[in-house]
Amino acid sequence: MKILVTVKRVIDYNVQIRIKADGSGVETENVKMSMNPPDENAVEEALRIKEVGKADEVIVVSIGGDKSRETIRTALAMGADRGIHVKVVHEVEPLAVAKILEKIVEKENPKLILMGKQAIDDDCNQTGQMLSAKLGWSQGTFASKIELDNNSVLITREIDEGLEKIKTDLPMVITCDLRLNEPRYASLPNIMKAKKKPIDNFTSEDLGVNITPRIKLLKVNEPSKRVKGIMVKNVAELIQKLKYEAKVI
Amino acid sequence: MNILVLSEHNNIEIKSATLNAITAASQIDLNIHVLVVGSDCENVVNKLSNFQSIKKVLVVDNKKFLNPIAEFISPIVHSLAKDYSHIIAPASTFGKNIMPRVAALLDVSQLSDIIKIVSDKIFVRPIYAGNALATIESTDVIKIITVRPTSFDAAITEGGNAEIEKLELNLNSNSVEFISREENKSDRPELGSARIVISGGRGLGSAENFLLLNEIADKLGAAVGASRAAVDAGYVSNDSQVGQTGKVVVPDLYIAVGISGAIQHLAGMKESKIIVAINKDEEAPIFNIADYGLHADLFEALPEFSAELNKLNTIQK
Repeated sequence: MKILVTVKRVIDYNVQIRIKADGSGVETENVKMSMNPPDENAVEEALRIKEVGKADEVIVVSIGGDKSRETIRTALAMGADRGIHVKVVHEVEPLAVAKILEKIVEKENPKLILMGKQAIDDDCNQTGQMLSAKLGWSQGTFASKIELDNNSVLITREIDEGLEKIKTDLPMVITCDLRLNEPRYASLPNIMKAKKKPIDNFTSEDLGVNITPRIKLLKVNEPSKRVKGIMVKNVAELIQKLKYEAKVI
Repeated sequence: MNILVLSEHNNIEIKSATLNAITAASQIDLNIHVLVVGSDCENVVNKLSNFQSIKKVLVVDNKKFLNPIAEFISPIVHSLAKDYSHIIAPASTFGKNIMPRVAALLDVSQLSDIIKIVSDKIFVRPIYAGNALATIESTDVIKIITVRPTSFDAAITEGGNAEIEKLELNLNSNSVEFISREENKSDRPELGSARIVISGGRGLGSAENFLLLNEIADKLGAAVGASRAAVDAGYVSNDSQVGQTGKVVVPDLYIAVGISGAIQHLAGMKESKIIVAINKDEEAPIFNIADYGLHADLFEALPEFSAELNKLNTIQK
């Protein structure tokens, strides 16, 4: 069985972002970039499934500019077998990403697709569900546990009320929560080995996918900033402030 | 324009986020229809039909829809979509799970987690964990939208008399089987709509120590939340998580205890009216956004807090 894992290159989660002065977007030049955190969980889970002999190959796909290849290399260094880079110059919407991935699925025939549940840059939380609908496959979103038994998959999902379990058959798309596993670090020998692993290249035109945006970004601005308040000396003062100044208790 | 709101409910009660989604819909157009997909859900249907702002309630009632499975619900919404300019659901795990499927079936983009409606096609939504706000314009004919519940008031639940239309749909769906749901029941208010939230972080150190927060929560009539670190450590269950990948809360009072204030946590609470931070690390970034900061050991501060509350004779329940 082949597993396809998707990874996105995003601004590192520790970076305080800067908005461009003209309001056209967020500054990504000279900013530390990393693999989208829940995508790391997706890569890790794929590797664990392969390591227990339930999958033969883990293929990592990333859609983005040339530097997305670095993110693919990171996944290859973690242990994925090979990569696919679909080059796009501008930002692509989740709908277009799902269409590109649909074409990759046609080429590769994976039985299982693992993705992060949400990218921490646009916070859309759409692509996995869209891909699943396009393929007519089942979906297991926000997975914090995946139990694979031959063709059948039991998924524990994190929902607002607690946890939900669903069962379905492969093929399917699973979107991973941060609590699914603890992603491994790539060792130095594996980083060296990853340099020799193959990465195939495509463009959206090669795949025949129209990626014209449906949504226009009119502007990006900063949310109103909170002003730092005061430090109170002790609990008694805090209670007094909350009761008589803020009037919230 | 007709607007369809996909309701979230548990076949008995309407989930509060649905009320916020209806208000968002009413800011676009007043011709609002609400879809209820469920099993033996008359109670929900009847309540919705009393809403002032709802013109029609569409019902698909079938045993198969006892639990909200995305693969079952999305084709229903898709089959109704041609009559609507906008289809709206709350940006809860329910809406997030279903709506992108609907959008993909319709070949349109989705507008996720909107916090403001500028016009029928222009919306504002947070990106980068709420550190930037994007104003976006949809060019699609049908707009598929999820709404951040805390950004819109709850709809008025009475004063109306909407038509109820039962739909008989013959839809094939694939083989997803619902196994179980573990809901964490509590007598405290719901985290997403509580007036006061008290949250704990890694600093609490154990599940037992969260009882200190529970005690104060009960005195204040507050909900208990947590940082991701506290959930990851197993101190509390996942439904308590406040933040970028958890819940967004906007209470009148948010008390952060032993929470350092990572960007991802702030994303879920920085719109709160009053923020209190209690932390033993004077440099903790949470103090930069707190209205009232207390530099103290939480294990001393929490019992004192509880004792001080006892002294106040007018504690709101």
